[in-house]
Amino acid sequence: MIGENNMDVLLSFLNSLPGAFGQGFAWGIMAIGVYITFRILDVADLTVDGSLATGGAVAALCISQGWNPWLALLMAVIAGMIAGLVTGMLHTACGIPAILAGILTQLALYSINLRIMAIGSGASTKATLALSVDRQELLVSSRYVREVDLSNPLFLLVIATVVLIALLYWFFGTELGCSLRATGANQAMARAQGINTNWCKVLGLVVSNGLVALSGALLAQYQGSATVDMGRGAIVIGLAAVIIGEVLLGKVFRNFALKLLSAVIGSIIYYIVLQFVLRLGLESTDLKLLSALVVALFLTIPYWKGKYFTKKVRREVGRNA
Amino acid sequence: MLEVRNLYKTFNAGTINEKKAINGLSLTLEDGDFVTVIGGNGAGKSTLLNLVAGVFPVDDGSITIDGQDVTRLPEHKRAKFIGRVFQDPMMGTAATMGIEENLALAYRRGQARGLRYGINNEERKLYREKLAILGLGLEDRLTSKVGLLSGGQRQALTLLMSTLKKPKLLLLDEHTAALDPKTAAKVLEITETIVRRDKLTTLMITHNMRDAIAHGNRLIMMDSGRIVADIRGEEKKNLTVQDLLDKFHVESDRMLLSE
Repeated sequence: MIGENNMDVLLSFLNSLPGAFGQGFAWGIMAIGVYITFRILDVADLTVDGSLATGGAVAALCISQGWNPWLALLMAVIAGMIAGLVTGMLHTACGIPAILAGILTQLALYSINLRIMAIGSGASTKATLALSVDRQELLVSSRYVREVDLSNPLFLLVIATVVLIALLYWFFGTELGCSLRATGANQAMARAQGINTNWCKVLGLVVSNGLVALSGALLAQYQGSATVDMGRGAIVIGLAAVIIGEVLLGKVFRNFALKLLSAVIGSIIYYIVLQFVLRLGLESTDLKLLSALVVALFLTIPYWKGKYFTKKVRREVGRNA
Repeated sequence: MLEVRNLYKTFNAGTINEKKAINGLSLTLEDGDFVTVIGGNGAGKSTLLNLVAGVFPVDDGSITIDGQDVTRLPEHKRAKFIGRVFQDPMMGTAATMGIEENLALAYRRGQARGLRYGINNEERKLYREKLAILGLGLEDRLTSKVGLLSGGQRQALTLLMSTLKKPKLLLLDEHTAALDPKTAAKVLEITETIVRRDKLTTLMITHNMRDAIAHGNRLIMMDSGRIVADIRGEEKKNLTVQDLLDKFHVESDRMLLSE
């Protein structure tokens, strides 16, 4: 009896894997955005909880107004970039600590997202904007995640991920990209070398939130709706993806492009694990708790490792005697 | 080359911790001057260098570099004229970036940074040559992360970075203070070589009176945010540690310096 039950769990888990990959890739783009702020700029940017939903809301709005879905993606990216710009200005021009600047923008975006989704509907605010692959032209939809042709959303998501990583790899190798990395690595040094560190931070936040909004725009299409709280806890999921990727692949992936890829892989693993624990009987509402625990745990391990578990020196007896 | 006129800087003004760091200081550096700066803790040496570099704004006074008033220019724009080495070896380089990447950042000091490649092969050749001069074997480790280098290696690299594009003014803020004596001597030797070779106008803070005497063509002593002695020419050449100690006792009994 028990064996049969286990079999069911396993089967339904396997059945959910394509979906996990779809979600993992869509969130993976978001994780790349988080990698840029968290790892390259050394800033934990909490704007993303808001800008993810903004990306979803803008894309859903544009598509429901009958716009071309590619144009909708572009609009979402621009909206996300503006959100990043606001956080950047709050931080650099107004001197607000980065974390607080992000929280302020995120909070403001909650109101704005409700307004965005209501545009053209007659209502003044709206918390959900539904999309349907039957009525609208969508770039990705979870409905086709098991298809074996070009309509499969994984096809486009993989291409998008590869193109984005290639673009970012090129960008962070340019003079401008290098000055961004220098800003994150050592601000005093960057300024001494004539780098405008404030401008670099703003640029980093703009690029990052553009990516996050792009992820939101793809997610809204993938799951068939944009909701005002689709970004709640996004920063934690993004961090989880980045950290899981680093812990599992950090030793092997040295190249910058591969490091970005490891964030995407981290995101996919995150969703696979989530599918697994869901099959074990947890509610989907428990996932936030689980994400928080995962991030807390993986951030703690390297700290404790350095503090309490110093490597033992191997004594080579008699060698040098 | 550098003209500082009537400079004032007070920290925590109006509070119980008020500190007049620079108090009506004026200083003119001729082209090619190599000036060593000594003075006790809190004399305002580092504050002077930081004001010249633009790390924080002046309260009053003006700073002119090569005829251009830079008093209101932000730090990153002043960097065009200024090469800097800090006391803390960690501060002058980006630990998570490679040696060549750090040099490439320095090579573009004062230039607009666009979407060209951050480093090219011609530069690599140049860097290899320049690194070889240091004699630390860094020329074979171009892609190594700077975080793997020792403090002395990092200071030598920072020195190279600050002079890779010839600066109008080189600011050395006790750049050997955090190093062991042997390494400090080596870094100082490299400093002397580069400054002489490129005829750099230099301000070098040091706590070591012997070094202050041995290097440069001019020595200034600071106390309470002012210059209290300015020794140059023949007088500087014949200066001894005892002379300086005598001067210190005259100028201020609060000064504590290592010989």
